Amino acid sequence: MVVKASQDDPEKTRRFREAALPYLDDAYTLARYLLRDAADAEDAVQECYLRAYKHFDSYRGPAMKPWLFAILRNVCRAEYARRKTAPTAVEELPEGGEQTPLWNEAPETPEKQLLRRFDGDTVRKLVAALAEPFRETFVLREIQNLSYREIADVAAVPVGTVMSRLARARAMLRSAWLAEQEQVK
Amino acid sequence: MTCEEAKVLIHALIDGELDAGHAREVEAHVEGCAHCAALMKEYQEIRQAIAESDVRYKAPLELRRKIEKALPQPQAAPTRRSVLRGFAMGSAVSAIAATGLVAIVLRNDDEQRIENEVVSAHLRSLQAGHLIDVVSTDQHTVKPWFNGKLDVSPPVIDLTAQGFTLIGGRLDYVNAREIGAVVYKRRQHVINLFVAQTASTERKTAQTSTLQGFNIRRWSDRGLNYWAVSDLGADELSEFGDKFESAMRANKEG
Repeated sequence: MVVKASQDDPEKTRRFREAALPYLDDAYTLARYLLRDAADAEDAVQECYLRAYKHFDSYRGPAMKPWLFAILRNVCRAEYARRKTAPTAVEELPEGGEQTPLWNEAPETPEKQLLRRFDGDTVRKLVAALAEPFRETFVLREIQNLSYREIADVAAVPVGTVMSRLARARAMLRSAWLAEQEQVK
Repeated sequence: MTCEEAKVLIHALIDGELDAGHAREVEAHVEGCAHCAALMKEYQEIRQAIAESDVRYKAPLELRRKIEKALPQPQAAPTRRSVLRGFAMGSAVSAIAATGLVAIVLRNDDEQRIENEVVSAHLRSLQAGHLIDVVSTDQHTVKPWFNGKLDVSPPVIDLTAQGFTLIGGRLDYVNAREIGAVVYKRRQHVINLFVAQTASTERKTAQTSTLQGFNIRRWSDRGLNYWAVSDLGADELSEFGDKFESAMRANKEG
C-alpha cells in the first residue's frame, strides 16, 4: 500500500513533463509578447509551469497548449497589475512604439505596390507594438495557431469578441506595416 | 453583405473559421467588391510574411533547467526506498538481491524515459530556428564550440563522404541536464546525435527502437552514451550509426 501511494507522485511528474514541457518555447514566446520583457517572461513561464503542475490533477484536456496559456495569461495579468501599482513602474510602451501610429489606422485603401517583406526582428517589433488586448489575440492566432474557440477560452471572452479583436489587430498591424514600409523606403 | 460586415468576416474566412454558408456569403461579397478583395489579399500577404519570418522565441536553457529542478525528480528516491523496504520486510530475499533487482527495474524505466526525452528534444529541434546553435559543416568549428559548455566533449565527425552531412551543433536538455547534440542531415532528414557522459566505460552494441514514429539508435562506447534520433528509416539510421562508429575507431587507431 505504501509503495502504491508513494508511486503516484513520480508518475504524475512524468506525465506532466511529457504533456507540458514540449510547449515551453510556445509559452515563453507568448510571455515575451505579453510582457515585452525577457526577464519578466522567464519568471512568468516558471510560475505558470509550477501552477500548472499543482493543478495538473484537475486537467482533463483536451489540448494542453491552450490550458497552459490560460494559466500563463493569468500570471501575466498579475504582473501587469504589479507594474501598475509599483511606484517605479515605467509606463509600458514598446521600444519604438511612439513612432508607430497605433490608433490612426492607415486609410483602408489597398496599396498598389507589393507589400514588403521584413526580417524577423522588424516583424517582432511590429507585433510587440500592438496595443492590448489586440496583441494577445493576434499572437494567439498568428504565432500560436490557436483556433477562435481556443483563443476565446484562453482570454475568457466570447468568440465574437475574438473575431472583432482579431480584425482590429490585423488592421492595426497592416497600418504599422505600411508605415514601416514608408520609413525604410 | 455590407463592406462593414465583410471587414470583420474576411478574417474569419482567411482563418477558415466560417461555416460553409457564411463562407459563401463573404466570398460572394469579395468577388463583387474590388476594395474588399484587395484588402483581403493584403491581409493574406501579411499573414504569409509573418508565417515565414522568425517571430518565435526560444526558451532559455536556464529557464528549462529551473523548471526541471522545481519539479519533483523523476528518479524518485522515495520509491526506491519503499520498494527495498517492501522486500526486506515481506520476504526472505537478501538485501543485495533486492538491490540488484530494483536496479534493473529502474534502469529499464530510466532508459525508456530518456528515450522519450531525446525524441522530445528532437521534435523541439525541428521547430523553426531551434535546430542548431553553431552552424558549420566543419568539424573543427563545431567541436571547439562545445568546449566549456559541457562536462564532456562530444565527438564531432565529418561523415559527408559517407552520405551524412554535418550541419552543426546544439546544446540541449535531457534527463535533467545539459547534453550535446551534433546535427547531421541526409537529404531532407535531420539526424540529432545526442551525446552524454556515463559512469560505465563498458561498450554496448547498438539497439534500434521506434518511438512516436521516430527511429532511435542507441549505443555506448568509451564512457559516452549515444542516441541518434531521426525520421530516417531504421536501415539508414543503422547505416549512420555504423559509419559513425567505424569512423570513431579509425580516428582512434589512426
